[in-house]
Formats: sequence, structure tokens, C-alpha cells
Amino acid sequence: MTVRPRYRPGQRVRVRRWDPPGHVRTPFYVRGHRGEIVRVIGPMPNPEDLAYGRTDRPPVPVYRVRFRRRELWPEDPRAQEDTVVADLCEHWLEPVGSGS
Amino acid sequence: MAEAERVVRRHHDMGGLPAGPVEPVEHAHAPWEKKVDAILRLLVGKGVMTLDELRRGIEELGPGAYDELAYFERWISSISNILLEKGVIEVAELGAAIEAARARREATP
Repeated sequence: MTVRPRYRPGQRVRVRRWDPPGHVRTPFYVRGHRGEIVRVIGPMPNPEDLAYGRTDRPPVPVYRVRFRRRELWPEDPRAQEDTVVADLCEHWLEPVGSGS
Repeated sequence: MAEAERVVRRHHDMGGLPAGPVEPVEHAHAPWEKKVDAILRLLVGKGVMTLDELRRGIEELGPGAYDELAYFERWISSISNILLEKGVIEVAELGAAIEAARARREATP
């Protein structure tokens, strides 16, 4: 039942840029952007399954991911050093190699 | 890159967009709004539907209805559609209940 998480705290990730149907809990404003894993929240039911009443599907790893404000809204000069955190499912994340 | 060049932002997903100030005021709920909340809690508690289904139903209302309906109107619209999809209630049954409610309201002086 327990799914081994693919990422660990401190790792850089990029949020997938896609737009699947149904209900997703990945805000539009983080899609395509790079952030850092803050912590592993643990296996959670996948909201994309629950949105169709599928309560018997396996849970998915969920992570708290931190983004720099200037990464998300570079055109806005205010509070560029602030950060934003979002809790995201593993299938929305891909690894970012060093140098990218 | 396998992912789409252009990803469409769906109407409800408005986080981070320019908006006016948030007014921190308490809301007084009408009795019907409390009833909608109670209906949802019962349906979720009994395992008839999930909260994520409620969200999907709200997000599928489309931009027009999403903006025109009040908060709990969106809830009850989504709940009704999901219960119809699941066969918990019938279209004619819901139609008759709406007619009866309308008649009661018109009969109230």
C-alpha cells in the first residue's frame, strides 16, 4: 500500500505543464515552474481519482514544494524574495538536473 | 517536449490573478445555505460522494454559471448533477421538487 516517494527534501523539481480533465489540485500559477521539495507529506488519496468517486485507487506521494515569488510572477516587482508553498502530487513533478 | 506548448487556465483556477482587496467580514448564512452544507456533509459522511466530486461538479459548471451563482448555489448545483449522474435521484423527481418549492414560495404572502 505504501508508495516509496521518488523525491527527497532539498531536491529541485519542475511542475508539469499540462491540463488534464476533471478536478486537479495543482494551481495553474505553478505549472511549468521550478521549485524545491520542502518535505514529503506522505501518501495521500489522489484527488484526481476521488473527483470521479474512485475511492479504491492507491494513494500517491504528496510533497510540499517551495517556489520563489520571482519564479512565479517575474513581472511583479513587489516582494521578489518571498516564497510560496504548494502541496503537490508526485505525478505532477519532474526532476530538474543541475544547471537547468 | 511532450507537454503542450499552450496550457489553458480553467476559469475557476484564478489564484495569482490581479484582483481587488479581500474584505474580511463575517457572513451570516441563510437557513437554505446551512441545509446545503448539511446535505453535503451527510452525502460525504455516508460515502455517497466525495468532496473532490463536489469540486469537479463546481468546476464543470462553466464560466457563466460559476460567476452568476452564489457560493452555496454552486454547491447545490454540483451536488444535484452528481446525484443525477450516480442515479441517486431521478430527473423527474428533482424537477417535481423544484416545482413544488416554487409553488410554496409563490403561495407565501
